[in-house]
Amino acid sequence: MSQKEHAPTLTVENSFQDKTVFGFWVYLMTDLVLFATLFATYGVLRHSTAGGPDGHELFSLPYVLIETLALLTSSFTSGLGLLAAHAGRRRQVIIWFSITFLLGGLFLGLELSEFAKLAHEGHSWRQSAFLSAFFTLVGTHGAHITCGLLWMAVLLARTIRFRGTALSAKLVKQLTLLSLFWHMLDVVWIFIFTIVYLIGAA
Amino acid sequence: MKHRLLTSYIVGFILSLALTGEAYLLAVDHTFHLMQLIVILLLLAVAQLFVQLFFFLHLDRAIKAPWNIVAFLFMVITVLTVVLGSLWIMQHLDYSHAGSEQSSEYLHRNEDL
Repeated sequence: MSQKEHAPTLTVENSFQDKTVFGFWVYLMTDLVLFATLFATYGVLRHSTAGGPDGHELFSLPYVLIETLALLTSSFTSGLGLLAAHAGRRRQVIIWFSITFLLGGLFLGLELSEFAKLAHEGHSWRQSAFLSAFFTLVGTHGAHITCGLLWMAVLLARTIRFRGTALSAKLVKQLTLLSLFWHMLDVVWIFIFTIVYLIGAA
Repeated sequence: MKHRLLTSYIVGFILSLALTGEAYLLAVDHTFHLMQLIVILLLLAVAQLFVQLFFFLHLDRAIKAPWNIVAFLFMVITVLTVVLGSLWIMQHLDYSHAGSEQSSEYLHRNEDL
């Protein structure tokens, strides 16, 4: 109890000194190690197409660029939402995280329709080791995005529901963790965009 | 203080957009050889990684929280070991499989030396 009273108010500057944020940071680091194993698998299997198509024939770069820009912009708006949360501006929190949610949803929708199109044309994960590795790597990222969107929806609902009162310290902390998670997913996507799509299609 | 943070998000966003656009344009028009292009694209990705680490994740504030940096560095070492190690080992396995296209290329290159 006394610890709670002495704990300084969470700000963007001191948030790394917070125990919960540190624990979440350690989780994020292990999550990146998980992605590293999937990148390594993809790197090893990228030419194992079993006579099927490779990335050059399958990927549409303009399409993936739109996905990338949607996710990058959502990472930016989640940062603005975080600043608003620390400033105690509820309306801005709702606006920025709603935009983040819509852009994240756009990204996920584009990704799922790309997957559906590939599977429909017979290029599912069963066709070759290259496609298995591709769907596992990109799909795991998509699963993270899905979890992030669910989490964001819950926090948005709580922000909207308790309007009229000040933003609680707990809610601000959860928004801090969510925005770290979201930034990290964008960092992983930079490498998927570069290694899988840009280099794969070159 | 808040103003400085807002500026850092905006600068980070603009730099990320520029780096993404640059990488996309280079990949679309084929002015470079494949190996050159791959190296340049990877460098652009690493540059964007640093931009986002400092302008979005504000890694500089972790100076006062050294354990975050320790966890981060451990992650970097593990990621590099797993990725580069796997690629290196599998490349050598390819080499020991006589007859595969990559191994004969590798052999020729080494014979030239």
